[in-house]
Amino acid sequence: MTDLKLTAKEFKSDQEVRWCPGCGDYAILAAVQSFMPELGLPRERIVFISGIGCAARFPYYMQTYGMHSIHGRAPAIATGLAVSRPDLSVWVVSGDGDALSIGGNHLIHALRRNVNIKILLFNNQIYGLTKGQYSPTSEQGKVSGSTPFGSVDYPFNPLSVALGAEATFVARAIDTDKAGFTNVLRRAAAHRGAAFVEIYQNCNIYNDGAFDFVRDAKENRLYLEHGAPAGDTGIVHDEQDFSTAFALSRVTYETHGAVPLGVFRDVERASYDELVQAQLDRSAERGVGDLQALVGSGDTWSIG
Amino acid sequence: MAKPVEQLESVVIRFAGDSGDGMQLTGGRFTTETALTGNDLATFPDFPAEIRAPAGSLPGVSGFQLHFADHDILTPGDQPDVLVAMNPAALKTNLPDLPKGGTLIVDTDAFSARNLQKAGYGENPLEDGSLEGWQVHAVPLTTMTVGALKEIDGVTPREAERAKNMFALGLMSWLYGRPVDSTIEFLNTKFAKRPAIAEANVKAFNTGYAFGETSEAFAVQYEVKPAKLEPGLYRQITGNTALSYGLIAASKLSGLPLFLGAYPITPASSILEELARHKAFGVRTFQAEDEIAAVGAALGAAFGGALGVTTSAGPGIVLKAETVGLAVALELPLVIVDVQRAGPSTGMPTKPEQGDLLLVLFGRNSESPVPVLAPATPGDCFQAAIEAARVALTYRTPVYLLSDAYLANGAEPWKVPDVSVLEPIEVTFAEATGGDFMPYARDPETLARPWAIPGTPGLEHRVGGLEKANLTGNVSYDPDNHDLMTQLRAQKVAGVKVPDLAVDHQEGADVLVLSWGGTYGPVHAGVRRVRANGGKVAHAHLRWLNPFPANTGAVLRSYDRVLVPELNLGQLRRLIRAEFLVDAVGYNRVTGKPFKAGEIAEAVEALS
Repeated sequence: MTDLKLTAKEFKSDQEVRWCPGCGDYAILAAVQSFMPELGLPRERIVFISGIGCAARFPYYMQTYGMHSIHGRAPAIATGLAVSRPDLSVWVVSGDGDALSIGGNHLIHALRRNVNIKILLFNNQIYGLTKGQYSPTSEQGKVSGSTPFGSVDYPFNPLSVALGAEATFVARAIDTDKAGFTNVLRRAAAHRGAAFVEIYQNCNIYNDGAFDFVRDAKENRLYLEHGAPAGDTGIVHDEQDFSTAFALSRVTYETHGAVPLGVFRDVERASYDELVQAQLDRSAERGVGDLQALVGSGDTWSIG
Repeated sequence: MAKPVEQLESVVIRFAGDSGDGMQLTGGRFTTETALTGNDLATFPDFPAEIRAPAGSLPGVSGFQLHFADHDILTPGDQPDVLVAMNPAALKTNLPDLPKGGTLIVDTDAFSARNLQKAGYGENPLEDGSLEGWQVHAVPLTTMTVGALKEIDGVTPREAERAKNMFALGLMSWLYGRPVDSTIEFLNTKFAKRPAIAEANVKAFNTGYAFGETSEAFAVQYEVKPAKLEPGLYRQITGNTALSYGLIAASKLSGLPLFLGAYPITPASSILEELARHKAFGVRTFQAEDEIAAVGAALGAAFGGALGVTTSAGPGIVLKAETVGLAVALELPLVIVDVQRAGPSTGMPTKPEQGDLLLVLFGRNSESPVPVLAPATPGDCFQAAIEAARVALTYRTPVYLLSDAYLANGAEPWKVPDVSVLEPIEVTFAEATGGDFMPYARDPETLARPWAIPGTPGLEHRVGGLEKANLTGNVSYDPDNHDLMTQLRAQKVAGVKVPDLAVDHQEGADVLVLSWGGTYGPVHAGVRRVRANGGKVAHAHLRWLNPFPANTGAVLRSYDRVLVPELNLGQLRRLIRAEFLVDAVGYNRVTGKPFKAGEIAEAVEALS
């Protein structure tokens, strides 16, 4: 696929990586850097945009263009870039607080518009950078810095949220599962439009072991395959069918003793930038704008 | 037999009615007819935020004031000479503005017991003698309109009644000798899909015109001769339209595609709507999910090399603050348009105010300098938009453009600019030159950093809201570096080149009036009035609020007294006093209405 012969190494920036030792982010970064050459794009055509949080440091470590922006707004900023620069491969890196709490509005609207961006949501079910408060994906009853008596919030199911927001591509992976994650990255990159990828990521400082039931216990991983039965769920997987994808998003370790991984949904729908460009092209066919004619439009009169 | 024609130098007409009565349309058409006559003019549409408040109620009254003259004028007029009141509520709310002796035209059909009660009238003012001091023309507008239209097939009585505003327009068009063709053509185009409705409106308009010609109630016709304006091609323009055209012009002049991120908000929405129509200029408009996304998308587009713009009003500007701060840190070009309206909070969304000056200057965390520019008139919004873009692109900085609801909706004749003489905006994207790329190296003259857009080989780099090391742009917590970067950002904005403050000096004047933004017209009209009364006064008007023109302090100190009129509680005055140690005094009103020339003149005279 690539004539560029880039390697993972060439996607590493000169900046020292500063996540806590043992953080799941290291594995995600390594997997993404390894996958990048497969895009077949020169590094200057790739952009990583993030918000705020531990995950949001990600762009600093990628030898691509990048922006570490403000809390929750990465999908909005990426939308402006992707719509005005369809030639770029735009990636958003976010966390459960960034994407689902402060930036929830931008996430759902980017998904429904099918903006051509790839959203990687590092879900560790905790606020790490602010030192351990519960997040919108923390389980009810979570004892954290801000909930000494347990959280009374009911959590989001990120995949159900994405599907409800009309996402055209929805997938899940695990930080340390390089093969499964790379496969999801490959599919996401090939998808023209918004791709939503939830990554179970272990925060070994504030929420260690949150995903042990599937991260360590590999027997509980249920790898989805289009057209094949999804484990013991009684569901035959169909990436094109919304109900199937939604039903699978509700399958959890608690309900079925297994966790579906891989691509839940992948359907084609014109992306936002394509639709915008099509209107511009149709307009251009009728002639390029004449500024002098524009400022002199409407009823005019002459003096002198 | 033709009626006698009386010459007038200027007239102020106010149309007032229910918000469903089509007063804005009526005023707009009369404005076009007046523009085509060649008069100078200024308008003030004044309407409630509610789209259709309860019919006949006082809060539902919508007004449109138009001032036209045979000489150059600056304001829509302090008070009307003629009031057209379509119902009792319109009479009740507007009569206090009509001086005794003024002309009052009312639709008698609307003065029903129910409407009188809604307006809070115990007695019918048309009958109780309370209007004796005015020249009242009581006309059964509705009856005459419905009567004239009853022979048109396919028009319901309700639709016929709705055409009464065109009857009123026809009558006023006759009274002031306005040309009628453009209105007839307009109506036929507007209702092209419903020929019966078009016919009804044209007929109502013509009937009103003929009524003026024949009715004994109107003894004379008036004429206001064309004004002697600078020769050229003219059109009328509102501030928001001029601002939209200015942004398109800036896109052309810079060769960069225009990207507008916006969320609908009064009174800025019409910029989004206007720009959305102009895809032929390569304009991308993005109606975002909220104000924050709107500015975020504009910044993202700017990162990619577009002319990024976002438009809003106070409540939305507040929401954008964090992203504007990011743009300050990223040092990327961005134009933020704030069409100011009365506040705080939702305030009075359709009413003008100048209350956001300190907000846009200081309403961000930490030291976060942003250039600020404010247009003076509706037509000036065109040039101001180009200037804002020029500074944003040249210095790689967000720039605030402070319009207001008065400029946004008010119309004035506008000499169509020759766009071929507009100065190009030079933009050069960075290219790899070998060696390590320094994203935060600076142009020695402007202190702008390189604009290296994605897609440029060899310049891959990361930017962000964390403090950056000078030159490399890497994340830095070094104390001295932070101090240096803070100073550099401040110096860059302080060093933006802006024209000197021009003074309209009068020999012997020791009072200077210093105004800014959309109050230019009324303030200068007030200054003229003082001079006409024999007083001596100088006037200077600020367009750049940050940085101030280099000669500002010298100008202020060369007068004994400085009066700063503002539609706020003294925001520029506070800056002037802090910056230049000048003991300026304020004239401050926050009524949701523009200044009147008369009150400015009084404030000046009180100081002299």
